[in-house]
Amino acid sequence: MHPVAEPVTEPVTGPVAGPVAGPVRAPWLDREPWRVAATRPESHDTVTLELEPPPGRAFSFRPGQFNMLYVFGIGEVPISVSGDPAADGPVRHTIRDIGAVTHALCTRQPGQEVGVRGPYGTHWPLAEAEGGDVVVVAGGVGLPPLRPALYHLLAHRDRYRRIALLYGARTPADLLFPEELACWRGRFDVEVEVIVDAASGDWRGDVGVVPELVGRVPFDPPATTAFVVGPEVMMRFTIRALTRAGLSRDQIFLSAERNMQCATAMCGHCQLGPFLVCRDGPVFCYQALAPWFARREA
Amino acid sequence: METLEHELRSHPFVGDLEPAYLTVLASCATNVEFPAHRFLFREGMHASGCFLIREGKVGLEIATLGQGPIVIETVGAGQVAGFSWLLEPHMYQFDGRAIEPVRAVALDGDELRARCEQDPRLGFELMRRFAHLAAERLQSTRLRLLDVYGTPHAPRR
Amino acid sequence: MEPATLQRVIDRAGLDQLLAAIARRGFRLIGPAVRDGVIVYDDISSSADLPAGWTDEQDGGHYRLRRRDDDALFGYAVGPQSWKRYLFPPTSVVWRSARDKDAGQDPGGAADGAAGAGAPMAFIGVRSCELRAIAIQDRVFLGGQHTDPVYAGRREGVFLVAVNCGQAAATCFCVSMDAGPKAESGFDLALTELLDGERHEFLVEIGTGRGADVMSEVAGRPAGRPETQAADRVTEQTAASMGRHLDTGGIKDLLYGNFENPRWDDVAGRCLTCGNCTMVCPTCFCFSITDVTDLAGTEAEQQRSWDSCFTMDHSYIHGGSVRASSRSRYRQWMTHKLATWIDQFGTSGCVGCGRCITWCPVGIDITEEAAAIRASDGATGEEGHGDA
Repeated sequence: MHPVAEPVTEPVTGPVAGPVAGPVRAPWLDREPWRVAATRPESHDTVTLELEPPPGRAFSFRPGQFNMLYVFGIGEVPISVSGDPAADGPVRHTIRDIGAVTHALCTRQPGQEVGVRGPYGTHWPLAEAEGGDVVVVAGGVGLPPLRPALYHLLAHRDRYRRIALLYGARTPADLLFPEELACWRGRFDVEVEVIVDAASGDWRGDVGVVPELVGRVPFDPPATTAFVVGPEVMMRFTIRALTRAGLSRDQIFLSAERNMQCATAMCGHCQLGPFLVCRDGPVFCYQALAPWFARREA
Repeated sequence: METLEHELRSHPFVGDLEPAYLTVLASCATNVEFPAHRFLFREGMHASGCFLIREGKVGLEIATLGQGPIVIETVGAGQVAGFSWLLEPHMYQFDGRAIEPVRAVALDGDELRARCEQDPRLGFELMRRFAHLAAERLQSTRLRLLDVYGTPHAPRR
Repeated sequence: MEPATLQRVIDRAGLDQLLAAIARRGFRLIGPAVRDGVIVYDDISSSADLPAGWTDEQDGGHYRLRRRDDDALFGYAVGPQSWKRYLFPPTSVVWRSARDKDAGQDPGGAADGAAGAGAPMAFIGVRSCELRAIAIQDRVFLGGQHTDPVYAGRREGVFLVAVNCGQAAATCFCVSMDAGPKAESGFDLALTELLDGERHEFLVEIGTGRGADVMSEVAGRPAGRPETQAADRVTEQTAASMGRHLDTGGIKDLLYGNFENPRWDDVAGRCLTCGNCTMVCPTCFCFSITDVTDLAGTEAEQQRSWDSCFTMDHSYIHGGSVRASSRSRYRQWMTHKLATWIDQFGTSGCVGCGRCITWCPVGIDITEEAAAIRASDGATGEEGHGDA
């Protein structure tokens, strides 16, 4: 049930002595220049880029997948697609400015180019979650990779029972997509709970940590799927709260993160035990990941 | 009295105490209401008791120099604000301010402490509940100390 | 074809004819040669370039060339290099692009693809463990949903002349990894050196049509029973004299289940995290990408170079490394090599060539570490320590 690539099982019989068959799908060569159609600051350190593919290039993705974004001469980073998978037009990516490449991306202007290849990775099991409750838990910049899933859930609202979004951030100023949050909260068929680590006096919302929100929303544990993204500590404690609330490991999906450079299962950097996060993730079923997630320095 | 006992019985923090103890608590209890922005208690004030919140939201605040008050915890319906009454020096550590209009049951701390001296078992039951609450708050605080959403190498707030 | 015509016997002159026939077909000959006191793989032109009469003495952290008392051309095991430096070069440019102020950025393209490789290569003297290592890297670079164009361009059409080992080094354990010493498949030609007093001949096994085509230009005779049996004896004797052994029974579960075994602390006390093992290992494939631009910012390149899981950068995310301790990095390397590789790519990552043992400056021995963990299976170091 969990989105993991099938392992290769044929025995090795020897080197291929002859021409390599088939078209070559390669990292780097797949890269194309996309144009920045618009930029939108989301917070003091986060920007959404709307990127337009080259003319004639069809692009589609599934919620949870990422693209590799390249800035000429500076470098390349993995960024989750944060827009609506069903929408046409420019493809949205929400980026936090924390290094040389992300800084360059966050300061791109409309008309400039960004190298793009993808999409890569596994996706949220939205089809498998149909018929039950869905709890979406996001911490900080974990909300952008989940937003495409939320769009899908709301676009097909009748396929799911209860839907809840639990979202935590550092301070109210760090909350991403506040208008959309308010809009979702305004619906009568979605629960939205938001919490911040600390707030100044004019915040009327809650202050505390995300795991505390798990008990606030109603869901039926045997028929619930949870999607969790955020800093690893936040995911660990959130998962603990979810399992205490009655979810089993195979009902929880998370997005793991490791150093990804090639995104094509060749450079070896994104290893997490037996998994290559770029190929077997970033979306993992907690059931598969649990033994390694708990290990220090894995 | 009956209304107070009923309200205590329906509050998750003490609702599962045996009826005799609920009666004791009711004898130390009063219904209180605070409009939004009113302080329930202030830092440094004698900790006269605790508040079992029935409706609304209370923010625990620390006043800072130049940044205004920072809310470091919010407490809502079904939760408890204030446990400094339990231990010396019986002084509130933070400001407690109603964020939304609050309805609560206020328990008289001095009175309750006297009853606990008389009946250690009651004392133990209350101490157990407050210890659990303190542990939860401590874990929440520790997690936030990590500043997991902060930028790596960014100065701590 | 009848078995007899698939195997031929040639002498040393025939070997030179064989090399010449391959070279005539446009291949660049690469084979073993002595350089700076070690046997490396370098360009060769004839059998005169081969390390005749040399053997290697290897052990943990020890490598010396010694003179043999015969003239064997392939009388040694493996040197510090492997064929991976030719298929997966230590550095290469994987992408290049130019930017024009008006036209914008061009999509860029392959830099060191097939064109960058030069002439197709012929590897002369590939050991069975090395054939297996090439197959393992084929799986990584060619066997997934994406392909590395640099590796593909160099790998395509490589002519493989294998050699069956006549002796095992003290650090060899290919038998444990089921990777030798006899080359079973995946070669164009396979040689077994038959040295018996005055006689110096080679049994040649033909593996492919183009191997047969080359052999049609080489003087020799069909192999008879005495020669094939002599060749079998050579490899049997090699198999029986492996210097090390590694019990691979349930090795994956063993390593998965011993993540906190105190043996890792023991190794950490010795490991320098120098990364030598990853450089000499014929299957290690980790690489990193560096972005380079000219001063004007009009041209950009992505350069790829060998990386090692022993570096702090390897697991860097969010301002820190996931694997900061040397303990965790050694554990990552060994667990990957023997266990997680199986889940990632369907095979073991180890071929038993022993290079990591020989070239470790402190002589850490992967077979010894595996045995130690097996012997202390389940230990976590949290057991009570008397009055410590």
